Amino acid sequence: MITRKKILPYLLVSPYIVHFLLFVAFPVVFSIVLTFHKWNIIAPMEYTGLNNYVRLFNDKTFIKSMGNTLIFLVIHIPLQIIVALFLAEILNQKLKLRGVFRGAFFLPVIVSGVVVTILWQQLYGFDTGLFNRLLTGVGLSKVGWLTDPGIAMISIAVMATWKNVGLYIILFLVGLQTVPAQYYEAADLEGANHWQKFFKITLPMINPTIFMVVILSTIGGFSLFIEPYIMTGGGPLNSTVSAVLYIYKQGFFYYHMGYAATLGLFFAFIILAVVMIQKKFIEKDH
Amino acid sequence: MFYLALTICAVIFVYPFYWMVIASIAPENEIGSLTIMPTSLTLSSYAQMVDKIPIGGAFINSLIVASSITIGVLIFGSMIGYALSKLVFKGRDLIFYIIIFTMTLPFQITLIPQYIIMVKFGWIDTYWALIVPYLINALSIIMFRQYFKSIPDSLIDAARLDGCNELQIIFRILWPNSMPAIITIGIITFMASWNEVLWPLIVIRDESLMTMPQLVTLFAVGGRAESQLGVKLASAVMLALPIVLAYLFFQKYFIQSMASTGIKE
Repeated sequence: MITRKKILPYLLVSPYIVHFLLFVAFPVVFSIVLTFHKWNIIAPMEYTGLNNYVRLFNDKTFIKSMGNTLIFLVIHIPLQIIVALFLAEILNQKLKLRGVFRGAFFLPVIVSGVVVTILWQQLYGFDTGLFNRLLTGVGLSKVGWLTDPGIAMISIAVMATWKNVGLYIILFLVGLQTVPAQYYEAADLEGANHWQKFFKITLPMINPTIFMVVILSTIGGFSLFIEPYIMTGGGPLNSTVSAVLYIYKQGFFYYHMGYAATLGLFFAFIILAVVMIQKKFIEKDH
Repeated sequence: MFYLALTICAVIFVYPFYWMVIASIAPENEIGSLTIMPTSLTLSSYAQMVDKIPIGGAFINSLIVASSITIGVLIFGSMIGYALSKLVFKGRDLIFYIIIFTMTLPFQITLIPQYIIMVKFGWIDTYWALIVPYLINALSIIMFRQYFKSIPDSLIDAARLDGCNELQIIFRILWPNSMPAIITIGIITFMASWNEVLWPLIVIRDESLMTMPQLVTLFAVGGRAESQLGVKLASAVMLALPIVLAYLFFQKYFIQSMASTGIKE
């Protein structure tokens, strides 16, 4: 009876342990081993030392994908925060129909990225897309939303903001509700205007939420895949190749398993490093 | 003032979906100039889509995969969450920290080796590859653990005195008292599995086994839509429909669930 009681907890957690060893621990170790090898799965593995790492730093597409991710994040993060904060502030005014608006902003969040991408590909279309029809309607010239290498990644960042911002509106709303009402009352007594209240009270109080949005968006930026896969295939001129799209191409298009694993390991390190730096900032703030 | 701003924004978020739906039922030659309503409505885009891709089969596949994953995540998640919150055993804290650690691990590092495991297991082009890796989910374990902690031990002790075994305690005593957690985890798991597309693209090549997002993706990028916008959009509508319908009925739960996972991360 006593031994049964002792074994029982381990029985209950055993599925986790099996899953962890098989799908987390082994893959992490094996992925490090793979980085020192050349392998197409079919032929035997070939030891190549640091070749994959040397190749990584000389690979123009890899460097391009880093730059693309940076462009994405530079557009996506501020836009996301500004739009989400703006709409959360309005929704926080205890208006009627608040639930309906909130529901509308949240719609793109629950829909598959595949749907959103196919839809926006049409909206961004050069000849008959809605955006260019609007532009020509007011007498401006057409924009190559997805065909101009300088613009395509920005277009994807704007679409991603549209898709995700509903979630961040909700997170900011939760954050805004933690700000004690007395703070605003005290500010009112001292005659503070709306902007002063926003910058002196609201913003400092919801700082943790902002950092969370930054971290989640950063992880999202490095996970970007289906958007460029469907819209542009990484083009024009590799201007929309994302981290995951490049791993996918190396791994499942060229079957360069060793090199794809090297890319995966490197991107994972960068994500962890960026997130840790951002976390340090938060701790410093408090 | 506020209402004007909100209405403009709501239009920006909802109109593209409206456009997608009417474009999918408009004649092909009108999509390029469509804004509010086509001159006539037709289901020909849907008819052509059904003709070109096995969308019905993909719907069934998605349903099987997403349901299996959701049931598995709920069962395993509550078993492990129960052990971590209500039982005392050696190594419990270690397992908890490992779970927290795996949540922060970027998937980019495990993607390639996980694919190789699937190849070695012979699971490429099987349901196993789509389901098994997702049956255990770190976030759901943590959420169950958190929720079970709020349930008093006296309830469990009483059940034990009545002769319940541990599995009966989990599924007969804890489950009925944990509906908010079950709904939250159920919704986010089902939604995430329904929308997952990268992993199916990697492990499934056989069209009859594809899930909806994969089939629709390959249809959109491949040549089979023959650059007809209507059929592409029709397939996108089919992919969005089940989740949007569920969302219309359970909107409150969807928003709460997503918000709670965002906050926990």
